Amino acid sequence: MKTVRIGNGCGFWGDSLDAPIRLAQRGNLDYLTLEYLAELTMSILALQKQRDANAGFAGDFIDVLGRLAPILAQRPNLKVITNAGGMNPHACAQRAAEVLQRAGLKHRIAVVSGDDFLPRLDSLLPAHPFMNIDTGEALASVRARVVSANAYLGARPIADALALGADIVITGRVADASLTVGPAVHEFGWAWDDWNRLSAASVAGHLIECGAQVCGGLWCNWREVSDYADIGYPFVDLSADGSFAISSDAGPGVNRETLTEQLLYEVGDPARYLTPDVAADFTSIALDAVDARTMRVHSARGNPATSTYKVSIAYRDGYMSSGTLVLAGPDAVAKARLCGEVLLKRLGLPFDRSNIECLGAGACAPRILKSSADPLEVVLRVSVNDQQKAKVERFAKEFAPLVTSGPPGVTGYTTGRPPVREVFAYWPALIDKSAVVTKVEMLP
Amino acid sequence: MITLNQIAHGRSGDKGNHANIAVIAYTPAGYAWLRDFLTADAVADYFAPMKPTRVERFEAANVLGLNFVLHDILAGGASRSLRIDTQGKTLALALLQMQAPTPAGVEGMFRCEG
Repeated sequence: MKTVRIGNGCGFWGDSLDAPIRLAQRGNLDYLTLEYLAELTMSILALQKQRDANAGFAGDFIDVLGRLAPILAQRPNLKVITNAGGMNPHACAQRAAEVLQRAGLKHRIAVVSGDDFLPRLDSLLPAHPFMNIDTGEALASVRARVVSANAYLGARPIADALALGADIVITGRVADASLTVGPAVHEFGWAWDDWNRLSAASVAGHLIECGAQVCGGLWCNWREVSDYADIGYPFVDLSADGSFAISSDAGPGVNRETLTEQLLYEVGDPARYLTPDVAADFTSIALDAVDARTMRVHSARGNPATSTYKVSIAYRDGYMSSGTLVLAGPDAVAKARLCGEVLLKRLGLPFDRSNIECLGAGACAPRILKSSADPLEVVLRVSVNDQQKAKVERFAKEFAPLVTSGPPGVTGYTTGRPPVREVFAYWPALIDKSAVVTKVEMLP
Repeated sequence: MITLNQIAHGRSGDKGNHANIAVIAYTPAGYAWLRDFLTADAVADYFAPMKPTRVERFEAANVLGLNFVLHDILAGGASRSLRIDTQGKTLALALLQMQAPTPAGVEGMFRCEG
């Protein structure tokens, strides 16, 4: 019985540069997927592209591809699918082609685009108000500050690219799970309304999209991971009926606990996990342990996809800065709070928002968990946000004086003034699929 | 008393300004008890100091999981929050540290090693 092995070697931009290489070497894959785009990555890439027409994609991919080249030479049937194209998939593909050419490889590259509708935003706006899914507001209120607007495309253009003979598919914004669904549909020839199988492949894609998180990363029973240094990255062996086995190339592998933790990660209603391809029902799947590091997933059901794509729109929302100091000795928490309050009082500026935290004293879930003992030291973290950059810059200069003019036990001021960064807020909305034109192009 | 992490594991993450927390029982008996005990209201009360506007609960009985969506709990979310845990990554561990009265039959709810 034919199975197709799809592995994911990258869960976000910033993930391990070695993992995809190891996975390609050890995983015996048919397809390697690499996922680079978090919700707000697109806004950063959009600004990079504004400054440089050849920028705006995940540059890490180019380095990874260079290191993958010798493996691609040995395993000519290994295909690579990535959303590293970000805001500029064509420029990314151009750089990728140069890398392959230098390595003497004849792999064919396809570019999937059409997700970026910022150039058409104003012509779309009258008919498509882009209501914020969370607040119900119309986009008009922040239109002037929008820096990027992208639809989450589905698996279809990826499957189309593979059908055209692509060995490497580079996309812009595509739903993470669709990076897996695309090759599955291409290999098995499933219909685009075969909801159960599309659902099954979407479960597979969702499970591997965050890399190591399904095979030991973040696992609550972390003591059972014998070597986090080589944690392993995941792959699935998909069958024509949509069922699959899931494991990893090293580390603890996939067990019931690691799988179920990741299955529900960043999920709303598990019975309706919406992707561009299908409404997947995670509550329908059945799990069987194959061995200590392999699980089998089957019986997935799905419902018809919706008529809309999710879109992510990012807009400018002022400036932000966070600085830290260490407070040690008796009453560390009280001294840290005092320092934070003194800092803001000395500035005397009204900020849109500010926050004082004592890391080490329950800041991660504020006022939920209380520590019984007085900690030996805490990290004071003060953060501000304001529409005016000058105010935030002034804030960043007020940390150092506390080293000599605050309570005793202040240290840890060695990294200089905290950086001031521009804030991009996220505007989740929907767009009719009919308003988006996806494009698949083969590089000559 | 028990701590929830004796009978369940979990994971949390962000969806914009909302967080989701999955609580997954180690055994069917634990799931049956959690289903009654860990209501959306109980979770809303526990996290009340962080001011979620609404807590929804979804059931995934096939994996012994309860999934909670805590609306507007992330103080702005990944890009705008001034908190250290901008994405709610640690909220599952906070929930799993909840204390509860020892359920009847608790010995059938613990994790079976191996």
